[in-house]
Amino acid sequence: MTALPEQQSTPAPPGVLRVSWRMWRTKIGVAIVSLLVLIAFFGRFIAPFGENEALGIPNDPDLEGSLFGLGKLGYDVWTRFLYGGRPILVQAFLSTVLALVLGTIIGLVAAYNRRRLDDALMRTMDVMLALPQIILVLVVIAMFGAQTWLVVLAVGISTVPRIARVVRGTAVSVVERDFVASAEALGEPKMRILGAELLPNVTAPLLVEANLRLTFAIAVIGGIAFLGFTSDPGAANWGLMINEHRGVLAGGQPWGTMLPVIAIALLTIGTGLIGDGLSRAAAGIDRGTVDA
Amino acid sequence: MTQAVRIEGLRLEAVASGHDIVDEVELTIAPGEVLGLVGESGSGKTTVGLAVLGHTRRGVRVASGRVFIGDTDMLALPERELREARGKLVSYVPQDPSTALNPAMRIGRQVVEVLEFHDFGGSDEARRARTAEVMHEVLLPSTPDFLRRYPHQLSGGQQQRVGLAMAFANRPKVIVLDEPTTGLDVSTQAHVLATVRNLTASHGVAALYVTHDLAVVANLAHRIAVMYAGRVVELGPTAGVFDDPGHPYARYLMAAAPDLGGEREMVGLPGRAPSPGKRPVGCAFALRCELATEECHVAFPPPIEMRPGRMVRCVRPGAVPDRTKAPPVVASSSTVSEKPVLSLRDVTVSYAEKQVVHDINFDLSPGECLVLVGESGSGKTTLSRSIGGLHHEWVGTISLDGKALAHSSRDRSVDERLRVQYIFQNPYSSLNPRRPIGASVARPLMIAGVDEKEADRRVGEMLERVSLTAAHARRYPDQLSGGERQRAAIARGLAADPEVLVCDEVTSALDVLVQASIVELLAALRRDLGLSMLFVTHNLPLVRSMADRIAVMMEGRICEFGPAHDIIERPQQEYTRRLIADTPKITVNGHKDHPDA
Repeated sequence: MTALPEQQSTPAPPGVLRVSWRMWRTKIGVAIVSLLVLIAFFGRFIAPFGENEALGIPNDPDLEGSLFGLGKLGYDVWTRFLYGGRPILVQAFLSTVLALVLGTIIGLVAAYNRRRLDDALMRTMDVMLALPQIILVLVVIAMFGAQTWLVVLAVGISTVPRIARVVRGTAVSVVERDFVASAEALGEPKMRILGAELLPNVTAPLLVEANLRLTFAIAVIGGIAFLGFTSDPGAANWGLMINEHRGVLAGGQPWGTMLPVIAIALLTIGTGLIGDGLSRAAAGIDRGTVDA
Repeated sequence: MTQAVRIEGLRLEAVASGHDIVDEVELTIAPGEVLGLVGESGSGKTTVGLAVLGHTRRGVRVASGRVFIGDTDMLALPERELREARGKLVSYVPQDPSTALNPAMRIGRQVVEVLEFHDFGGSDEARRARTAEVMHEVLLPSTPDFLRRYPHQLSGGQQQRVGLAMAFANRPKVIVLDEPTTGLDVSTQAHVLATVRNLTASHGVAALYVTHDLAVVANLAHRIAVMYAGRVVELGPTAGVFDDPGHPYARYLMAAAPDLGGEREMVGLPGRAPSPGKRPVGCAFALRCELATEECHVAFPPPIEMRPGRMVRCVRPGAVPDRTKAPPVVASSSTVSEKPVLSLRDVTVSYAEKQVVHDINFDLSPGECLVLVGESGSGKTTLSRSIGGLHHEWVGTISLDGKALAHSSRDRSVDERLRVQYIFQNPYSSLNPRRPIGASVARPLMIAGVDEKEADRRVGEMLERVSLTAAHARRYPDQLSGGERQRAAIARGLAADPEVLVCDEVTSALDVLVQASIVELLAALRRDLGLSMLFVTHNLPLVRSMADRIAVMMEGRICEFGPAHDIIERPQQEYTRRLIADTPKITVNGHKDHPDA
């Protein structure tokens, strides 16, 4: 038979990441988040004072050489702020990763093994979803203490159902597609079907959801610290700082509360913008023309 | 005579890039006339159809041109008047009735709503009467009980009739039909087409019938416009265009059209029409045309009046490309006597505990092509999936070389899994979009335990075997056309070095020219590799030239079974006769011969 060249292939369509990067919202989000991550991780190296260095009277707003005045126990607010971001960020990130891994596995397994296993897994997820996340986490902490790993575990596991639902929802329609049947006909192992056939086709919504969960994890972990549940009550922590200084918020020294509040707010706004960009890219909104 | 529709110098562009989607379209339709607008996907035929309604899809804009319906320029109307005009002046019948009808609304209500919007008749009484009348016109019952049904309680053909009823309800002057019979069985299609023909003729409605299937318009349209890469390349009376196509592209379309008479082989044409933005300065078809000379690449040929009423955009109107001089069918030599490679004994298949296929018995000989033909719902796909190990709910025996196969592919041996390969209907869903073609083709080899280097070499070989290139291995499915994807899927099937290829409607998602080239490919593979094939299809003419034997399935049973020639020439069963009679036909140097249904 004649082999006429089938000419001119279209270029590969750009992935979700690249499409979302073209949007201003994603760029702003990334800028905000990078700035705060830099502050949280490297701020301590430019801190003017020590983390636990008492400089004068507590809550003195106008100490010479102190940018935002003093806070609780006479610590420098700016220094405490520069030190206090890391625990929140690290814990939020770790718990999201944990939720992502477990949630994805559960979601894929449920989508692929319809019927009984699906029911068992997803009804369990529904029960977990019915309980408010913050209460769930507080109960765990109240029972076992506020160790860092426990907070990560509690927040992570209580986030699993949300990720699992999104993954399952997307994967259910992928399972119906012929390339999965084709893999089955070839007798591919189940693990391979989950990992190589299904997983790559759920990454877009997964990315969006992961981002949203990160935003929530930041808020939850900030909230827990605010309530005083940190493994080291003496260490600087944005959530804790807000609580420690809220008494003087209207009393002439607002910065002890304001700085971490602004930081957490910006962080959630930033990750939210990134997530928004991702979801728009994934949904194909803002896509240009339709081909005829 | 005043024209019902007059399209002048229409050009539509992509908003973002300014690339032409359609250009230089000039068409007229007289009252009562049906104009068939034929083209491959991406040729811009639907875009033109929508422009007649004054509508453009998102991201498309009208760059220039006018579309008159009577004296109204649809493209100049403000939004409010446009809404008034749609449904009243011009109405639209979409492709897929199952998604076009509102699933949550009773069908009677949906028809009445169209009438209410245009305040038809002025009273509820009159509208009810009109609803009954229009239901009668489209040959549907108008009993209150029927009108109270929901779309899902109707068959596909009935749904499309409701679509027609809604379109004709306000007695429009013009109706645009966008492939309204694509998803329907041949018999249903024949009835819907007859309804369209009668309604347009008796009410003097001008119709624009958009389709990729020449055979459908052969019996319906008075005139035909062939579109290629956004331009009308040929226009003329149906009989004239069919008897003596002026444009080489039209000739290829005729040659690719399946012919149930079986007097000629189908000829395919690989490649695809250039998409907007990639269209050359010269004739867009020159890239695929064997008659192309330098002259063709200079400028798009202007319309030439080949003879009165026949417009062709080709510098050599009426020239005949060699490849379209189809060779006559070579009678296939069936080799039924040998020991069967695949045999089915008393196979009964259920779906959700309901029996859908009953007591199937047949043998497939080595090198044989057995065609399993039937309408949707006849159980042919379910049966083929059971053979492929994809559907597990069956009893009976399916044996490969005398050894019974397990129900599920997972319980079959590696060897068994590789020896029976299943090619899926839809190449848009059978290849993992997140994996390069090469990796998909290599999977069977990996499972067979071939090492990576050898697999790479074999992948290249397989891709060339199906007329792709080794370079396609690095591409993703998104970057390939439908035909190329189906070739890649076939390459994956071949990689396993199978004995039996189960082809499930492998061409139904593809354009006519591509369909023909895929069938050509399968025929060549079967000849060269000695493959046995089980070819499942609803399109009998398409496989006419390949089939050794045909099994006709109806309601889960094989109702007629025998050598292909006998079945087509001397069908014994009433059902088979009807199936063959309802299949739209064209003959290249002949006339239309569709029985009026």
